Amino acid sequence: MPITKTIEEINARIRAGSAVVLTAEEVARMGETASPAEIAARVDVVTTATFGPMCSSGAFINFGHTTPGLRMEEITLNDVPVYGGVAAVDGYIGATSVRPGDPEYGGGHVIEDLAAGRPLRLRARGRGTDCYPGREVDTWITKDTVNEIFLFNPRNAYQNYGVAVNSSARTLHTYMGTLLGRLGNASYATSGELSPLLNDPDLRTIGLGTRIFLCGAEGYVAWPGTQFHTSRERNEHGVPVLPGATLAVVGDLKEMSTEYLRAAVFEKYGVSLFVGIGIPIPVLDEDLARRVSIRNEQIETTVFDYGTPGHDALGRTNYARLRAGELELDGRRIPCSAQSSLSRARRIAEELGRRIRAGAFTLSAPVMAFPTGTSLRRCPDPAAAPAAAPLGGAK
Amino acid sequence: MRLRSILDFPLVTADEPVVYVLVKRFDLIVNILRAQILPDRGGELLVDLEGPDSALEEGLAYLRGLGVGISPVSRTVTHDADRCVACGGCVSLCPGKALAMGEPDWLLRFDPDRCVACGLCAKACPTRSFRTLW
Ligand code: SF4
Ligand code: SF4
Repeated sequence: MPITKTIEEINARIRAGSAVVLTAEEVARMGETASPAEIAARVDVVTTATFGPMCSSGAFINFGHTTPGLRMEEITLNDVPVYGGVAAVDGYIGATSVRPGDPEYGGGHVIEDLAAGRPLRLRARGRGTDCYPGREVDTWITKDTVNEIFLFNPRNAYQNYGVAVNSSARTLHTYMGTLLGRLGNASYATSGELSPLLNDPDLRTIGLGTRIFLCGAEGYVAWPGTQFHTSRERNEHGVPVLPGATLAVVGDLKEMSTEYLRAAVFEKYGVSLFVGIGIPIPVLDEDLARRVSIRNEQIETTVFDYGTPGHDALGRTNYARLRAGELELDGRRIPCSAQSSLSRARRIAEELGRRIRAGAFTLSAPVMAFPTGTSLRRCPDPAAAPAAAPLGGAK
Repeated sequence: MRLRSILDFPLVTADEPVVYVLVKRFDLIVNILRAQILPDRGGELLVDLEGPDSALEEGLAYLRGLGVGISPVSRTVTHDADRCVACGGCVSLCPGKALAMGEPDWLLRFDPDRCVACGLCAKACPTRSFRTLW
């Protein structure tokens, strides 16, 4: 009889303190000798994690009302622009927003400072309305003075990502870090066999409402992430060899820790945010047991040349080779390193495992599965764009 | 012993054949890793100086006598392990192979003796964990 378990059964074991929880790296080692059937019989939950710069991140904040009332339209926190085109005292601070004239401080820092409990200067202006006569406020806030502040990241936890190199003659400064010219180095970006969506590549257990570890707090998967692409070419181990699915995630910033959330500055590119995510995967059957025991050498990714206008694909490699620190390209050995922290990802996978074993974190079944067969569209070329709407639209 | 240092030359030393004197008079091995002249500020030389302790001391005294600033590289580039998130972004850039990462802990290891004080890591580090003294 093949083994099958339900999430309820696994949760009952977690509550009884008898669930067997391993990290995705531990189960990958186990998979070198044990069969999927044995793994399904012995392991209940596998913890996966990633800690990397994720530009598509930000936080909604409700500042609380002022006296007299003010509809905040132009808002800054420590001089970093906050989006104010929502209700009176709501705003959204995106990770890549920057302080004008100061590329070293931006939204990522605002979010880190808020999580750390530091005070930030809030300045806001509105035009003054009958119901909100105020026009201006200049004050200080912390995460404890605001009503709500929650991270809402439209695209995190990319399922695989390309390796970046640069064949041009000059050094390039990119979101993949500094790329030395003439293929001087290579940069990659996922935690490989520990990475969440590479351990459940068909998203059988991850969907709307999946409870996750988000920067130290309990968070949730809120929606398929932007640029959600489930039609990428897959290798014989069933994982996409190009950036695939993504997740939109949400969680209470008041509960987060700067150990798992950190501002990032990329030279001549801008500000971003290191986000730490952990996702528990229930080992429901042999198929999932096989998926979670995937190893670095089985996970391939594509090398892209950022030195060409179209970021030409140059070939394929796998995470075992990337981890060894050298990439072979046309017979050349190129030193490579990551942009995402394996040591932090391991810490997250272990911390999530501890919480599950302690009965403090149970698993949730997705309330909606994510779509399959999706791909990406490009922004319309002006010549091919649909005609402007006759009423109200762009002129 | 060997000392990797940044030597800061005031403009007035331009006529002094410093490297020649270090080799000839103090019998030191001088390996120039980088040289640059900064307008209005004199020159800067990144060197390895090698020789018996006593000769090295005398050579350094000679340099100080000329008004040359001497900063050992191990003190010009410092890494703050508390800020570092061990992302790895700096590792593959390092021309001196002074930065490394790997099992068992994948934390950043910085070997100041191999550093050539190029500053690439400081510019590339997204958490600004390197400090440079220039
Ligand atoms: S780039 Fe900065 S944060 Fe990343 S490993 Fe190097 S020193 Fe640490
Ligand atoms: S300053 Fe240059 S040589 Fe020294 S550690 Fe940084 S990158 Fe390496």
